[in-house]
Amino acid sequence: MKILVMMKMVPDIVEELEVAGDGKSLDQEYLRFIVNERDEYALEQALLLKDRLQATVTVVAPEAPEVDDVLFTARAKGADRAIKVTGLPVGSGARATAAALAATLPGIDGALPADLVLGGCQSIDDLDGFVAPLLAAALGLPYLGLVSRVALDAGMGKATVSKEYAGGVMGRFEVTLPALLGIQGCEKPPRYVPIAKVRAAIAAGGIEKVAAAAASASASAGVPLEIRSMAKPEAAGHAEMLQGSARDVAEKVADILAARGLL
Amino acid sequence: MAGNIWVVAEQWKGSISDATYEALALGRDLAGPWGVRLEAVLAGHGVRALAASLGRADGVLYIDHPALADGTGEQASRALAALAAERAPALVLVPTTNVSWDLLGLLPARLGAPLVNFCRQAEVVGGAVQFSSLLYGGKMAATLTAGGAPVVVAVLPGTRPAEAGKGGNPPEVEEVAVDFTPGPGIRWIEFEEPEAGDVDITQLEFLVAVGRGISNEANVEVAQELAAALGGAVCGSRPVIDQGWLPLVRQVGKSGATVKPRLYVAAGISGAPEHVEGMKDAELIVAVNTDPGAHIFAVAHYGIVEDATDVLEALAEAVRKRKG
Repeated sequence: MKILVMMKMVPDIVEELEVAGDGKSLDQEYLRFIVNERDEYALEQALLLKDRLQATVTVVAPEAPEVDDVLFTARAKGADRAIKVTGLPVGSGARATAAALAATLPGIDGALPADLVLGGCQSIDDLDGFVAPLLAAALGLPYLGLVSRVALDAGMGKATVSKEYAGGVMGRFEVTLPALLGIQGCEKPPRYVPIAKVRAAIAAGGIEKVAAAAASASASAGVPLEIRSMAKPEAAGHAEMLQGSARDVAEKVADILAARGLL
Repeated sequence: MAGNIWVVAEQWKGSISDATYEALALGRDLAGPWGVRLEAVLAGHGVRALAASLGRADGVLYIDHPALADGTGEQASRALAALAAERAPALVLVPTTNVSWDLLGLLPARLGAPLVNFCRQAEVVGGAVQFSSLLYGGKMAATLTAGGAPVVVAVLPGTRPAEAGKGGNPPEVEEVAVDFTPGPGIRWIEFEEPEAGDVDITQLEFLVAVGRGISNEANVEVAQELAAALGGAVCGSRPVIDQGWLPLVRQVGKSGATVKPRLYVAAGISGAPEHVEGMKDAELIVAVNTDPGAHIFAVAHYGIVEDATDVLEALAEAVRKRKG
């Protein structure tokens, strides 16, 4: 059983985001990058499957600031291989990223075919598409997204997966392998790994580097989105801010609730 | 002359979803100034009767195929791509919901078409459609145009009121035969309703919602104290569900519930669009967050920049005191 996990870095939105001088992109100077949160769940799902079955887990991520930490952490958590795809500009967009990965993965020794390819089902910078389904279509794999449970029947070449709909309703599906799943969550939050283990992974130096293969013209063309401007969204309204200590504001809120007949 | 505007009619639990009507309202606003027809596209099996409620469209294209009964994006994307190749629409508006999520991911790939994701507004400017999209968890808005046709547009919930997309005379329905090969590999088994026994947060008047900003699981209990004092329940945003601090049935927003309580206290919630779509219509929203720039303050009626746990504790005490 071989599982391939796709991860990518995205801007950390806990930090203040600023618009660059061109008025239509993010100012890179103060940008910090973190791993796409859903990709962390994709890795955790892969590691949970590895815990239960004889599986090897390979993590692939395009080169970006801080990506080495993410790949070393993946190794420390139990991934068998970590591969950094170089040469793809940061902020390339989902379309170009998926096209580059689709062109590159077949050339990586032992990466494909994988029984299961997992990736986050979305990220905050997916303006022109979602990487996971685009990659699935490019690789000719069946795709199911918003998945939060995966049970493998490796002997039968099938997986039973649960997909989130709304209001707590889940859909159960049988997926014939190989397949690509867009992960939304999993049974457990991503596992904690002690820093000593990450340091050991860094010392072992276990990241492979592979240059991105040129994507086919048909896959990389036809992405004619043109951003004309970017700005912090103007709020239609704003809350009336209450000032004071926690006790003071609590009394003010209680007054408001009482005045509205809510108490 | 541009091609027509399509709205993909989304079905959930035997009905057309409100998100479809919101997209229809947006499509209506674009079709007039652009001088094109607005067509709803209904794909499924044995669901022709649903077309009657799509009267805000000029017409309905109905695709009936046994493979479309399962509602998967795998099959719907193949059918819609085949029909689009024949009819050449200019825009394909798709609601951004969990039901249509896989279709949104796969249709642009099958069509070789661009996707405008996170679209919250669109208008005709100088003969072309200009889109506004919310990026980076709602922290940036981009104005953009898309070349080529068709352009697939992921329409965020709340872009228009659903009511504006309802009504109209029963539309003309054209049943179209679409030649497509169903994809293998994905077989729907069943829907699983959430376990009974937990509270139904959509039915409560008082909700105390907790987010990442409450820091740890122990603080969920503090929120529970306030909820108990108010006579309501605790709910949460995605990070809290991911951590396993609350079950999925307590999630508000995408994947979770849409709630309209009389009071919604948002504690340690930043206000990502996926959360806001589920609670923006609450009668009174009070938000507590340590970040004065948090998007939740654009949605709330009252805001407090303070540690959420401290305020929840003090508010529980104040509420208990008032109620005697």
